[in-house]
Amino acid sequence: MRVLCAMSGGVDSSVAAALLRDAGHDVVGVTMKLWGGASDTGCCSVSDVDDARRVAQQLDIDHHVFAFGDEFTEHVVEPYIAAHAAGRTPNPCVECNRHLKFDRLFRRADALGFDAVATGHHARVVHGPHSTWRIARGADAAKDQSYVLYMLGQEQLVRTLLPVGDRTKADVRTLAARLGLRTAAKPESQDVCFITSSAGRSGFLGRCLPLTPGVVVDASGSLVGAVDAVELVTIGQRRGLGLPGGSRTPRFVTDVDVPAGVVTVGVADDLLVDRVVVSELCWADEPVAGSVLVQCSAHGRPVGGHFDPSSSSVVWHEPQRRAAPGQAVVLYDGDQVIGGGLAALR
Amino acid sequence: MQHVYLDHAATTPMRAEAVEAMLPFLTVRFGNPSGAHAAGRDARRALEEARDVIADALGCRPEEVVFTSGGTESDNTALGSAGEGSIVTSAIEHHAVLEPAMASGAAIASVGRDGLIDLDSLADALDDQVRLVSVMLVNNEVGVIQPLGDIAKLVRDLAPRAALHTDGVQALPWLDVAALAADAELVSVSAHKVGGPKGVGVLVVRTGTPFTPLLRGGGQERERRAGTQPVGLVAGFAAAVTATVAEREATNARVSALRDRLADGLVDIDGCVETGDRTRKVPGNVHVCFEGVDAEALVFLLEQGGVLASAGASCASGALETSHVLTAMGVLDSLARGSLRLSLGHSSTTADVDRALDVVPAAVDRLRARGGG
Repeated sequence: MRVLCAMSGGVDSSVAAALLRDAGHDVVGVTMKLWGGASDTGCCSVSDVDDARRVAQQLDIDHHVFAFGDEFTEHVVEPYIAAHAAGRTPNPCVECNRHLKFDRLFRRADALGFDAVATGHHARVVHGPHSTWRIARGADAAKDQSYVLYMLGQEQLVRTLLPVGDRTKADVRTLAARLGLRTAAKPESQDVCFITSSAGRSGFLGRCLPLTPGVVVDASGSLVGAVDAVELVTIGQRRGLGLPGGSRTPRFVTDVDVPAGVVTVGVADDLLVDRVVVSELCWADEPVAGSVLVQCSAHGRPVGGHFDPSSSSVVWHEPQRRAAPGQAVVLYDGDQVIGGGLAALR
Repeated sequence: MQHVYLDHAATTPMRAEAVEAMLPFLTVRFGNPSGAHAAGRDARRALEEARDVIADALGCRPEEVVFTSGGTESDNTALGSAGEGSIVTSAIEHHAVLEPAMASGAAIASVGRDGLIDLDSLADALDDQVRLVSVMLVNNEVGVIQPLGDIAKLVRDLAPRAALHTDGVQALPWLDVAALAADAELVSVSAHKVGGPKGVGVLVVRTGTPFTPLLRGGGQERERRAGTQPVGLVAGFAAAVTATVAEREATNARVSALRDRLADGLVDIDGCVETGDRTRKVPGNVHVCFEGVDAEALVFLLEQGGVLASAGASCASGALETSHVLTAMGVLDSLARGSLRLSLGHSSTTADVDRALDVVPAAVDRLRARGGG
């Protein structure tokens, strides 16, 4: 097959390209140039493009760079800023997968005559019921990235290859080292690619948004602390709330009201809710109702619940900590992703 | 499949005479031209002979020729010569002029839809505080030739204390730079656009022009550019320039005809617009914009069909950037996204044009059927 392998400059996509080549595919590597600003996080910066190009050279495959900066700004960066302004906690890597890797790149690949697109994600494409395709968890549970691929539908899955998904991360690094790839020991990319470690989220957002100082109140409305920026506060957060130290019981953010500039805190039990409303739902194949396993954060524990289509919500079997609005809520059938959406604001 | 090379504006294949001229300096004539002994003097002689040849082609005196590492260094050096004074430049300059210019807070004169500098906009920016005006003789993306004589006159009248610099890198293959840039105090040229080697260029610095060296050190080039001169590269440059000048008239006529057939063939395609005024361009440039096509995807498909071309300026990461030149010319974004530059050179043939006319329409059709690419 003619395969377009997305190469971020990291070890996973480097090995993915190698595996495809060894399997006899006609592989072309591509790095998407998405962000032109400062970047030191190890994904898609100019030096990462260089790493990817050098790996491709070592593997003797062609390497191209596609400039999708406009789409990235429109579909990832601007929504990231808007979400914070609205009091949501977005996951930009999810949006990058949704709009860039598995949409824009797919359209480009199709235009150029490629049969499939491959990435270095730790997940697998497997057969689901009724001859459908599904994303399944990767072999390395600690590195599983099925969560960020929940939005893929049949049209994408039928043309997606995930070569490293059935290997452990350790295996991937071993293989990289054996192949002599320069990225074998490269540290994993941390955090969001358009936010530098020096500026951080607050530095970045502070330049894009007026940040609103807010008050922190308890459930009865009494003032207990303050924050410099309500837009940066997340449901479930414990620190940075200006709470008096040495409290008897830890307190967590249970609600954030950005327009009012109010953060509400409570004890752990106050975080518990009986359901999560899911917006912008999409399904791998057919909509599903009934018993599901649900994961509400990239490294969260999957928990059992019941999906109720009429209210578009997952009703937890046991009360769960409230998911931060804007986070992806991914529904599983065992190891397989059956669909997902975003935790609604209210 | 042998590729057809239609990216001469990016670089050119070396002329045989240039390669031949370089060889002795890569082997036996290896002396450092600054050396006092026989090996040094031999290298020095070769350096100065080449300098004479290049000076003659550029219409300046040998002592006004400063060898550099190429067009970018020449441009950076020229811009640095403004010292603390203000700079005026055009909106369509190469990044090697724009980057240093912007770093110094330069004023930017606009251009018209035809790519020619707006003389009113330029006049507005000129005053007696301006120390340097930089306008390229030929634009690298769209091939348009600026009226340097008119520009020089404006500068003399309105910015009497300013030196005029012109980036002549894309002019040297086609135009009599000696005549056209006679009014410029500083002129940049580069070897690898005329069939010479990469890594060498010249900055012409006319006697009496205020000058600040970019590289300081051993005092070479009369204290204007430190560093051991690459005699081999310089010899290659001289040979390439000699051949270019000798063949220029015949080459221009032949290439113009090829270019016209290619450009006419492309403009025939639905939704294809030629950029700039062809009568004001150098012979080798074809620049078009396709409606409903993504330039990056088009260039990829062209390569698959055996044609090597460019969509605009490249950058260090290898991705194609949206062109500041097209934006300055007022080309709509929807068209600029589908820009294509095919640039011919002295080695281009009829077969090259045939292949391009064969491959481009099919590629455009394919992409339009798939949302542009």
